Amino acid sequence: MSGQVQAVDRVAPVPAAPPILEVTGLVKHFSTDRGLLGSGATLHAVDGVDLRIHPGEVLAVVGESGSGKSTLARCILRLIDPTAGRIVFDGRDVTELRGRQLAAFRQQVQPVFQDPFSSIDPRWRVGKSVAEALDAFQIGTKHERRERVLDLLDRVGLDPSLAGRRPHELSGGQRQRVGIAAALAPSPKLIVADEPVSALDVSVQAQVLNLLADLQRDLGLAIVFVAHDLAVVEHMSHRTAVMYLGRIVETGPTETVFRDPRHPYTKALLEAIPHPDPERQLTGGGLQGEIPSPIAPPSGCRFRTRCPVAIDRCATDDPAMTAFGDGHAAACHVAAATLPTD
Amino acid sequence: MTGTVLQLEHVEVGFATADGTVSAVSDVSLAVAEGEIFGLVGESGCGKTTLAMATMGLLPASATVRGAVRFEGNDLVGLEPEELRRLRGDRISMVFQDPMTSLDPAFPIGDQVAETITAHRDVDTKTARARALALLAEVGIPEPERRYGDAPHRLSGGMRQRVVIATALANEPALLLADEPTTALDVTIQAQVLDLLRGLRRRLRTTIVLITHDLGVIAQICDRVGVMYAGQLVEVAAVAEIFRAPRHPYTQALLAALPDQQQEPGSLRVIPGRVPNLVTPPPGCRFATRCPSVMDRCTVVPPLAHETPEHLIACWLSEATKRAADPAGAAAAGGAA
Repeated sequence: MSGQVQAVDRVAPVPAAPPILEVTGLVKHFSTDRGLLGSGATLHAVDGVDLRIHPGEVLAVVGESGSGKSTLARCILRLIDPTAGRIVFDGRDVTELRGRQLAAFRQQVQPVFQDPFSSIDPRWRVGKSVAEALDAFQIGTKHERRERVLDLLDRVGLDPSLAGRRPHELSGGQRQRVGIAAALAPSPKLIVADEPVSALDVSVQAQVLNLLADLQRDLGLAIVFVAHDLAVVEHMSHRTAVMYLGRIVETGPTETVFRDPRHPYTKALLEAIPHPDPERQLTGGGLQGEIPSPIAPPSGCRFRTRCPVAIDRCATDDPAMTAFGDGHAAACHVAAATLPTD
Repeated sequence: MTGTVLQLEHVEVGFATADGTVSAVSDVSLAVAEGEIFGLVGESGCGKTTLAMATMGLLPASATVRGAVRFEGNDLVGLEPEELRRLRGDRISMVFQDPMTSLDPAFPIGDQVAETITAHRDVDTKTARARALALLAEVGIPEPERRYGDAPHRLSGGMRQRVVIATALANEPALLLADEPTTALDVTIQAQVLDLLRGLRRRLRTTIVLITHDLGVIAQICDRVGVMYAGQLVEVAAVAEIFRAPRHPYTQALLAALPDQQQEPGSLRVIPGRVPNLVTPPPGCRFATRCPSVMDRCTVVPPLAHETPEHLIACWLSEATKRAADPAGAAAAGGAA
């Protein structure tokens, strides 16, 4: 499916700018250990993903457990090597970078994780964690680095006096702010945020979402926002890519995807949201069954085993992305048939 | 809805720590009616799980529980551990966020359900097995005969949670306490499990207390809801009422903080400040330190009072709270209490 129909991205912030990140035909397979899962099995975590993100854009990647969204994030961060495909960052192929060049790339693309302890050392004082990238790359003089750390803490809404504290003395929301400050330190162009607010309470979540939105706007950051919470995604992102079993099944402007979903999986996902509104009850006719094993994904369309509208063709033909205009595209035979043929 | 299944009266829970006693639950009173789904909602540390554990008698030795937990005519506070054990898994059962809290990883799932039955009922193994199979079918385990002998690790997270629910229902409990039962599940699986709980209530009239931080889950399946903040129960109302007309400033702030596509990114309403330290909680209303409407009187604990027959609120902004504090009728007096 990869690269056949390339949806045109028309994005509000800077439509004409070239993408900051372009991923083409990305594949990541893991071989499983012998034992329960059988020997030599291959887990198709990411299986042919194309995406692009422009400067100043927030691209949400949504999907359930096993959709491959976190594996995709880790490939983009170059924390793991893709099995196949290409990652082009700022016009440069970074798929094969090693050593110093990889380190330089990593200044430009910074992670924010669900658990801030994934990126900050629990034993280090806050200031040292925030300064880590600056120290590692010897950015500025020692004094400048110190000033920058205090500025960054202030920027993420923390009292600079917290620089001397250790993470366990902070609340969950404060720790996530430290994680964000550390990510901002080397002035990246792209942030890859993997479930950055999932572990936070609603009131703290609102603070961190506001912070990310402000930073994104003020610094012109591009953000890949990986999340399972669709209400958060709808609020935060310009564009949304929906993943299922290693593939992107639908992508487009967030408002369009939420208002007029074309893929049956996207529809099911949106219908399953428990809205905080008793008058919008779940219908109960939701999706049956569970996501199949990524070790033996179904033939044809991967969603067909749970799809309420599957037709014979879905078992044999892998659906390509069909464009619905305005950068909206979905990979579904049934949805494609709704378009007038020419 | 007829009788009251569970009645909490002035429940206080303190935990002894090196820093002093943490006041985790402070003077909570509430009644849950037969056949209703009652939601208990609040953020981390608000005491909702502690309250459930106190009800079940599952708190560690460092905890002190005061007040009364009335269930089927007994006060569970101070009941002998042996008597509590007899009740648990029989008249009251519990479902936790992580199904592996309740399941033995090395033991066939069907036997785990059957064992819950034989532990409390004088039935032979054949009867217990038949009943376990029926329960697995009831909670939507496909092909229960084939799955009966599977260990939990063979099942997905959603299927495991269904097995836990089957175990919890094994002896037809009068009360099911479900603590974040869908929090670890994907949204489509969550929808299935919520549908299951709704169906069980309809068919078996099981009374359910659902503890969650997720206001969406509350809106979808609860009849009534209690909102907790820092150990205090601040508001109780029918679910439609809470979402349409929240009265307590904390409930209002919590609902306003939910992400909303109508709002510009960066403009979500936040609750300033932090949850107070519960070793030295503020006197009076514990939300006072963050409340936009705080006044002098908030240093006195506002009693939870009936604003309407169905809507209770603990806030000095409420006339009902003022009347409850001063039944002599000097509601207009205000000021000092």
